[in-house]
Amino acid sequence: MFAEHLDKKICTTEVDRVPNRNGYGEGLKKAGEIDQNIVALSADLTGSTRTNIFAEAFPERFVQVGIAEQNMASVASGMAAMGKVPFIASYAMFSPGRSWEQVRTTIAYNESNVKIIGAHAGVSVGPDGATHQAIEDMAIMRVIPNMVVLAPCDAIEARKATLAAAEYVGPVYIRLARDKTPVVTTDESPFEIGKAELFMKKDAAHKKTVGIIVTGVLAHNALTAAQKLQEEGVGVSVLHMATIKPLDTKALDTFASEHDILVTVEEHQVAGGLGSAVAEYISQTNPKKIIPIGIHDEFGQSGEPEELLAHYGLDSDSIIQIIRDTI
Amino acid sequence: MYYISNPEIKNLESKANDIRQSVIEMLVAAGSGHTAGPLDMADIFSLLYFSVLKHDPKNPDWEDRDRVVLSAGHICPVLYATMAHAGYFPVDELLTLRKLGTRLQGHPHRTALPGLETSSGPLGSGLSQAVGMALAERMDNPYTSKFIYCITGDGELNEGQIWEAAMLAGKEQLHNLVVIVDRNAIQIDGYTKAVMPLESLRDKFESFNFDVQEVDGHNIRMVNDAIGKAQSVYGQPSVIIAHTIASKGVDVFERDFRWHGNPPGKGPEDRVPKGEQAEVALEKLRTLGGLITPSDS
Repeated sequence: MFAEHLDKKICTTEVDRVPNRNGYGEGLKKAGEIDQNIVALSADLTGSTRTNIFAEAFPERFVQVGIAEQNMASVASGMAAMGKVPFIASYAMFSPGRSWEQVRTTIAYNESNVKIIGAHAGVSVGPDGATHQAIEDMAIMRVIPNMVVLAPCDAIEARKATLAAAEYVGPVYIRLARDKTPVVTTDESPFEIGKAELFMKKDAAHKKTVGIIVTGVLAHNALTAAQKLQEEGVGVSVLHMATIKPLDTKALDTFASEHDILVTVEEHQVAGGLGSAVAEYISQTNPKKIIPIGIHDEFGQSGEPEELLAHYGLDSDSIIQIIRDTI
Repeated sequence: MYYISNPEIKNLESKANDIRQSVIEMLVAAGSGHTAGPLDMADIFSLLYFSVLKHDPKNPDWEDRDRVVLSAGHICPVLYATMAHAGYFPVDELLTLRKLGTRLQGHPHRTALPGLETSSGPLGSGLSQAVGMALAERMDNPYTSKFIYCITGDGELNEGQIWEAAMLAGKEQLHNLVVIVDRNAIQIDGYTKAVMPLESLRDKFESFNFDVQEVDGHNIRMVNDAIGKAQSVYGQPSVIIAHTIASKGVDVFERDFRWHGNPPGKGPEDRVPKGEQAEVALEKLRTLGGLITPSDS
């Protein structure tokens, strides 16, 4: 059964669809109202990252750096050294993709209070193709000391993640998607950095149990798949990890102990992302079979978002099939 | 512009000499590190820390201090030595350079040592950070006289990020940013002219909307006057191209690019055998032909 606080329309055709970058844009403006030290930087992608909402509200606190992501990262570090709280936004492929060393050395090693927003992550970017589809970003950010890594599941959660990042002192990476994705949570849904949320609890009557651990905008596909499997007599729970780092090990301990098999679902390479993070921990504490659903060591390509998710085995039908084949 | 008297210049030269000796001693103790840049920037660091900067070594986090961003992180021995002589930490600690557990990391680590403004080493990113500091300061205080001094190498100007940062500094007309380029004409693989020609540096920076000055980087009066002029420029960032002699102060090391990344004891042997390099360098610096009487600081 779905968690009480989730949107009642999930898994119906009436579900709202909103890009989660909208939540970032609204959250940033709100954060800017609360804290005068918040500044926003853009590398010529102000509208599509929704940074324009902040830029229009606070033009004196907005810096357009031009198409220069490496410079943007280090300029932000310098601003943070003077007490500002910079948010830098671009497509994840370019920031942190292109600017990784600057993020590592001038932001994380410096312990700079900079927030890095990687929009257009995942293959669901669609027709732009593989050059613009970041499916490695969680891996390259997770491996950096001092870095918090967040992947909110919808626009409402992205708004909360942005506000939480603004309050948190230290570097934070927030991964966002391009496509309109189902709104799963509500204003009442809890959000805390470092805390996983149980989105669906298995039916106690079923013998075979599968625990799906999902991050980011695939949460809706995981819930849809879980509901279908439950109807087929499989006990399925869904744990949503909006925080990839620091990993909520307490939630994982409980979740792993309550299910026969674990499945991780992410719009990211299976190497280095959520699946890896979960496996690294579970292999030490409660070793069991973990099926990683994600991109398997290949690049994306052009296509419509729905087509691409199906092609790479990330839609709900594929998740159902993979779990059926496993049990 | 601050007029600097002849006795003051002599004192700053004497401090520079102390700094150079410390640089040699640190590098020998560490057994690795860079020699040429730290030696040739000693005069400018002496001028900055003993005359130009608004700073307080006993209160390194003082909010109204000027900022020094060492973009060319590999020349940190000169920064550490200058900071120690200025009173940021004990001079004895200089001998811990590059050793396990030290606050004096092989390339600067901001959070390790009070008084460091940034971590640096990967080239090109210091200028961006200085631009960020100048921007943030100007947001709060448009007529600020708090200056951000950014020290870059010349080989470092090969990095694309430098020009991304310069473009933004020019666009934003950052009058509170003063860049000092150590134009020693060498980098690790050879002379800058051979590795990647940089000229005309003046034209390059001018086309990015910088006020450009060129000075003899060992003439303390000239550098001081140039900094004074840079402080008075409004509506533009400034760059001072400081022409220096690589390894300045130890004539048998001077002008040879092979001293870029080697410490005394491991440098080229054409002029001095490895085993005598440290001793010869210290002797040269201690006497300088009797031209300078070393201070007792």
